[in-house]
Amino acid sequence: MTTATRPGRAAITARTLRTDRWWFAPLVTFVGLGAWVTYATVRVFMHGNYWVEQYHYLTPFYSPCVTERCVEAAAHLGRFLPGWWIVPDAALTLPFLLLFRLTCYYYRKAYYRAFWLSPPACAVPDGHKRYTGETRFPLVFQNVHRYAFYAAAVISVINTYDAALAQATGLGLGNVILWVNVVALWAYTLSCHSCRHIAGGRLKHFSKHPVRYRFWTFVSKLNVRHMQLAWVTLGTLALTDAYIMALAAGWFSDLRIIN
Amino acid sequence: MTTRIERHRYDVVVIGAGGAGLRAAIEARSAGKKTAIISKSLFGKAHTVMAEGGAAAAMGNVNSRDNWMVHFRDTMRGGKFLNNFRMAELHAKEAPSRIWELETYGALFDRTKDGRISQRNFGGHEYPRLAHVGDRTGLEMIRTLQQRIVALQQEDFRESGDYDARIRVFSETTITELMLDGDRVAGAFGYYRESGELVLFEAPAVVLATGGVGKSYKVTSNSWEYTGDGHALALRAGATLINMEFLQFHPTGMVWPPSVKGILVTESVRGDGGVLKNSEGNRFMFGYVPDVFRKQYAETEEEADRWYTDPDNNRRPPELLPRDEVARAINTEVKEGRGTPAGGVYLDVSTRMPAETIRRRLPSMYHQFKELADVDITAQPMEVGPTCHYVMGGVEVDPDTTAALGGVRGLFAAGEVSGGMHGSNRLGGNSLSDLLVFGKRAGEHAAAYCDSVARPRVPTKDLELAVATALGPLERSGGDNPYHLQQELQVVMGDLVGIIRREAELSEALKRLHELRARVANVSASGGRRYNPGWHLALDLRNMLVVSECTALAALERAESRGGHTREDFPAMDPEWRRINLICALDGDEVRLTRKPLPRMRPELLALFERGEMSKYLTDEELAEFDALPEA
Amino acid sequence: MGTKRNFRVWRGDAGGGELQDFQVEVNEGEVVLDIIHRLQATQTPDLACRWNCKAGKCGSCSMEINGMPRLGCMTRMSTFTADETVTITPLRTFPVIRDLVTDVSFNYRKARETPAFTPPADLAPGEYRMQQVDVERSQEFRKCIECYLCQNTCHVIRDHEENKPPFSGPRFFIRAAELDMHPLDTLEDRKEYAQASMGLGMCNITKCCTEVCPEHIKITDNAIIPMKERVVDRRYDPLVWLGRKIFRRDQLPSPGPDPLLGVLPPREPAEGEPDWQRRHHGAQGPAVGDDGHLPITELTFENQGAGSPFGDDVTLPLPAEDLNYHHPRDDPRR
Ligand SMILES: Cc1cc2nc3c(=O)[nH]c(=O)nc-3n(C[C@H](O)[C@H](O)[C@H](O)COP(=O)(O)OP(=O)(O)OC[C@H]3O[C@@H](n4cnc5c(N)ncnc54)[C@H](O)[C@@H]3O)c2cc1C
Ligand code: SF4
Ligand code: SF4
Ligand code: FES
Ligand code: FES
Repeated sequence: MTTATRPGRAAITARTLRTDRWWFAPLVTFVGLGAWVTYATVRVFMHGNYWVEQYHYLTPFYSPCVTERCVEAAAHLGRFLPGWWIVPDAALTLPFLLLFRLTCYYYRKAYYRAFWLSPPACAVPDGHKRYTGETRFPLVFQNVHRYAFYAAAVISVINTYDAALAQATGLGLGNVILWVNVVALWAYTLSCHSCRHIAGGRLKHFSKHPVRYRFWTFVSKLNVRHMQLAWVTLGTLALTDAYIMALAAGWFSDLRIIN
Repeated sequence: MTTRIERHRYDVVVIGAGGAGLRAAIEARSAGKKTAIISKSLFGKAHTVMAEGGAAAAMGNVNSRDNWMVHFRDTMRGGKFLNNFRMAELHAKEAPSRIWELETYGALFDRTKDGRISQRNFGGHEYPRLAHVGDRTGLEMIRTLQQRIVALQQEDFRESGDYDARIRVFSETTITELMLDGDRVAGAFGYYRESGELVLFEAPAVVLATGGVGKSYKVTSNSWEYTGDGHALALRAGATLINMEFLQFHPTGMVWPPSVKGILVTESVRGDGGVLKNSEGNRFMFGYVPDVFRKQYAETEEEADRWYTDPDNNRRPPELLPRDEVARAINTEVKEGRGTPAGGVYLDVSTRMPAETIRRRLPSMYHQFKELADVDITAQPMEVGPTCHYVMGGVEVDPDTTAALGGVRGLFAAGEVSGGMHGSNRLGGNSLSDLLVFGKRAGEHAAAYCDSVARPRVPTKDLELAVATALGPLERSGGDNPYHLQQELQVVMGDLVGIIRREAELSEALKRLHELRARVANVSASGGRRYNPGWHLALDLRNMLVVSECTALAALERAESRGGHTREDFPAMDPEWRRINLICALDGDEVRLTRKPLPRMRPELLALFERGEMSKYLTDEELAEFDALPEA
Repeated sequence: MGTKRNFRVWRGDAGGGELQDFQVEVNEGEVVLDIIHRLQATQTPDLACRWNCKAGKCGSCSMEINGMPRLGCMTRMSTFTADETVTITPLRTFPVIRDLVTDVSFNYRKARETPAFTPPADLAPGEYRMQQVDVERSQEFRKCIECYLCQNTCHVIRDHEENKPPFSGPRFFIRAAELDMHPLDTLEDRKEYAQASMGLGMCNITKCCTEVCPEHIKITDNAIIPMKERVVDRRYDPLVWLGRKIFRRDQLPSPGPDPLLGVLPPREPAEGEPDWQRRHHGAQGPAVGDDGHLPITELTFENQGAGSPFGDDVTLPLPAEDLNYHHPRDDPRR
C-alpha cells in the first residue's frame, strides 16, 4: 500500500521510509502476549496444582473456585458448576478478567498493533484493505470496558481476600508474592481509563468537586503508568501462579519467614 | 503563458491574517460586509503565534489600582513621549474590553484565585497587567480569532448553505500591489502561492495588517513573512510612513547555532546572575557604564556579585543596564573583534550557579537551549547578540479611524504595520493589545467607509502593469539570484543601519541600497509558477528595499538618540526632536522625507504626568505651557 | 567547518515525482530546515517548503524525515550519524502540491465542521469567572500548533483514503474534548456529535498521534479516551439505554434542524410526493473549479453594464431542478 498509487498524493514507492527498528516494539508485544496467553491457557485447563493446603495459598487463576472439582477451602462462593474439562475452575471470574484486559485501552493498542497490524507502527502502512475502526460489530463492543472494570474491581477484592486468608497461616515467600500481586493488580485496576473517567474525568467543574478532583489527580498519576502496570501485572500473575503451582506440585517448598 | 486573472468582489479586503487582520475581519463581517482575509502563509500561522509574554490591558484584576490612565502613562513613557497620544489613549482605554471579548470567543487565559483573568508583570508596566497563557499568549490569541471566524462561517452556513458566503479566507496568497481608482483604493492584486495563478480582489476598502519588516536584518526574531509588504504597498498607493527609524532590538538573542539565530533569551537570565563575557573572558560591561548611570552600578566584580544576595547595600551589576546600553556594548565588543566565532558574546550562568538552581530558576531557557541548540546552559555559556525584534514605525494613520493619511482614501492599517502608537519604543505586551484595539477600529471604519462611496473601478492599464511586475522575475533571465540579494540587503541593514548608527555608515547604506535597487529591479527566478519560493522572494525584495530606504533615510535625519534609534554621534535625547515626526512618502521612485510636528497632547492627559518627569522630555517652551496648566 | 552529508529529497507534484539525491553542507547545530534553506539558496531555488517561525511554534514545517512525521525546524542534524542519508518527503496523507508542500485543506474543512464554542447567553464580556483547575485540561489542548502531524500519521486516513469524509482526525478530537471540558461552553451534544459525525469510533487508540505530536499533547489519553468514555456514558450505558426504552425517549422524532449545524435530517419522500428536502445546489455561487478557485477570465474582461439585480454571479435561467416548484400535473393525488 504505497502512496505511489494514490491519486493526488506524493508518489513515493517505499511503503515506509523509517530507518529505525520500528518492528521491534510490536514484535516484543507479540511474543510477550503470545507467551502469556499460552501459559495461561495451559494452566487454566490443567485443573490442578492451584491450592497449597498447608499455607492456604490459592492462585489467582482459580479464584474463586466454583466447580465440583474444587477443594472446599478454595471455593469461597460454593461449588455449583459441573466439573467438565472445558469449564475453567474460576468460571465466574475468568471471563470478566479476560474481557477487562481485552477491552483495556492499553491492550487494545498493543494487540491492534502487534497482532492486527493496524497499524504495526506509526507511519507504517496498515495491513488491511478496509478499515472501520470500532464503529461496528464486533469491535463496537470495546465500549463495554466500563462494565468490565466494575467486575475487575470486585475480583480484585476477592484476590485481596485470598491474600489475607493465606496471611492467617504465617508469613512465607508465597505470602509476599501474593501481596505483591494484589498491590500490582489494584494499581493496574485503579489506573484504568474508565476509572479515571468515573473518578472525576466526566466532571465539567473540578472546582465544585474538590474530593473527586483529588481522586482524579491520584488516578491520573497512576494512569500515566497504565502500560507499565499492564505488563507488570501480567508478570506478577504468572509468577504467583507458577510459584503456587510449584509448591502444590511439591517441586520445592515455601521459604518461610515466620512459622 | 497567457495571462489570466481570477477576479473576486468584496466589500472589505483585509490583507494579513495575524491578530490585527483577523480582528478587523470579524468586525467588518459583523457590520454586514462581505469580507476577504488574505494571508501569505496558512490560516493561523501568522507571526502573532510567536508572541509569548502576554497582552497588556489595564483590567486591574491583580492590582485594583491599575486603570487606563496608568497604562497610558506607561505607554507614553516607554515610547519616550514620541507616541501619538490619541492612539495611546484609545489603546489604554479599550484594551480591557477587547481582551474580555476574546473570552466570549472561547479564549482560556490563566486565571486568578477568584476566577478572573490573571495578569503578569512585565518591564515598563507599573502594575501586573499582561493577560497571558503560559508563554504562548500569541498562539491563544490567533487561535481564538481563527475559531471565531470559523464560528461566523458556520453561522453563514446555517443561513445560506455556504461557509464562504460572507467571510472567506484566502491563505497562501500574496498581495503585490494595491489598485487605485484616482485617489481611492479600488482593490488588491496578487498571486496564489500554491498555483502561481494571479488574482484580483475588487473592493472599495482595504485594511492592511501585514506586520513588520524584520527580515531585512540578518539577525532577527522575525519570520520570512516580515518583508514590509504592507509598508511598501501603502507607500506605493500614496500613503505615508511615520517613525521608520525606530526599530526595537533585543540585546540578547541567540546567535548560535545558526538555525536559531535571533530567538530571544529572556532578560531574567541576567537578572538571575548571568554575566556577559567577551572572547577574552572579560566581563566587559564594566567598561560601558555611561556617566549618568555611574552612581547606580557597581565598579568591581566583587561588588556586583554581592548585589545578587544583598541588593540594598551594593550597586547593581552593569549587566542589568537598560536594553539599549547592553545592546550597544555587545555591538562594540563584536565590532572590535572580541566576539565569539558566531558573532556574539558569551552569556554565562554555568559558572555562577549550581546546575540544579539553574534548572529550577530558568526552566524554559534551559529547555530552549537544550532542545533547539543542544547546549546545556548549566555546563556551557550561551552565545548571544542583539536581534531585530519589532518595528515601531509604520503607516501613518488617523488615530480614531485608522485610515491611512497621505493622498489615498479607502486604505486602513492596523497592527505592527501601522505607526505612531508606540512612539520610539514599544513596551512588551502592548503589541498584542494594539492589534485587537486597532484591528477592531480598522474593521469598523472600513465597513463604514464602504457605505459612503460608490464602487470604484480597477483601471486596466494599472492591472497590466501589476501583472508585468509580478511575472517579471520569471520571464527575465540572467539577473541576480534573489537569495543572494536578500543576503546582501541584510548585510547592509545589519551592519550599517543596525542598532548603533553613525552618519557615515548611514550615508554609505543609502548608497548601497541605491545600487541594490537596480539589481533588484532586474532580479530573476528560475522554475515555474507553482509554489516557487525563489520567485516569491524576488517579489518581496523590492518591498524590503523601499522600506529599508525609509529606515536609513529617517535614521540619517534624526540627529538624536531616542528609544529604538541610537546615534553614536548624537548620543543624547533632544527635546526639540521630540516635537518632530519624520514622514516618508514615495515620489515616483524616490523616497521623500518630510518633517511634521507631533500632535499636542490634550491638557487633561498632560496633567497625568509629574513635572519632574516631563522636564526630561519637554523643551523649555513646552514646560512653560505645562506649568501654566490649571491644577487638576 | 561544515561537512558534506547525503540527503534524499522528494521532488515533484501531483503528476509524479521522485527522490533526488543531494550533497549538502551541514554545520554544527543545524536543523533539517536549515538544510532545506541551504538547498534553496545554493542548488534548487525553487524547492518548495513551508515554514514560518523556525522555533516550533507555528506548525508550518511539517514533513516526513526518514519516514517519521516531524517538524523540520525541530529536528536537529545531530540526531543523525554523519554517514547517514537523510530522506525528506512531504506528508503522505494529503495531496501534494509541489515538493514538500501538501494541500492541507482537509484539516481546514474539518475545522469548519466542528461546532464552535457556544458562550453562555447570560454572561457579558468581562463577567466570565473560571477556576484555573477547570481550564487546565482544555488549555493543554489549546497548545496545539496545528502542524497536522497527528492527522498525517493517523492510519485511519493515511492508509484508507475512503475514510476521509467521515473522520475528523485527532486534531479535531482534541478540539471537541477541549470544548466539552470548557467550563463555560453550553453545547451539550458534543460527545454525541463526536461519535456520530466526527468518526470518534474509528479511532482504535493506537496512539500514533500522541507519538508524533511536537507539543507533547497527550491526545489519546487526555482527549480521545475521555471522549470515548463520555460517549459510553450517553450511548452504551445500559441504565441510560433502559431508561430510554422505557420512557420511549428515542421514539420522539427530532424534527427541525440539527442543533449543531442546522442541516435538516434526511427524510424519505412518500410515493409520488416531491422530495422537498432534496439537496439542491443552494445559492448559486460563482462556479468554482476543482481547485476551489473561480474560473479564469481574460485580463481584458470587464463587467459590462450595470450589475444584475440577482447578483453578478447568477446565470439565468436557474437550473430547473433547483426550483422549489411542483407542478400539480405531476401530483398523483390530483
Ligand atoms: C518572538 C516574538 C515575541 C513577541 N512577543 C510579544 C509579546 O509577548 N507581547 C506582545 O504584545 N507582542 C509580542 N511580539 C510582537 C507581536 O507578536 C507582533 O507585533 C504582532 O503579532 C504583529 O501582528 P500583526 O497582526 O500586525 O501581524 P502578523 O501577525 O505578523 O500578521 C501578518 C499577516 O500579514 C500577512 N501578509 C504579510 N504580507 C502580505 C502580503 N503581501 N500579502 C498578503 N498577506 C500578507 C501575513 O501572511 C500574516 O498573515 C513578539 C514578536 C516576536 C517576533
Ligand atoms: S490513536 Fe486514534 S486518532 Fe490517534 S493516530 Fe491512532 S487511530 Fe488515529
Ligand atoms: S495535536 Fe499535536 S500533532 Fe496534532 S496538530 Fe496539534 S500540535 Fe500538531
Ligand atoms: S484497564 Fe486498561 S484502560 Fe481500563
Ligand atoms: S517553522 Fe514554525 S514550526 Fe517549524
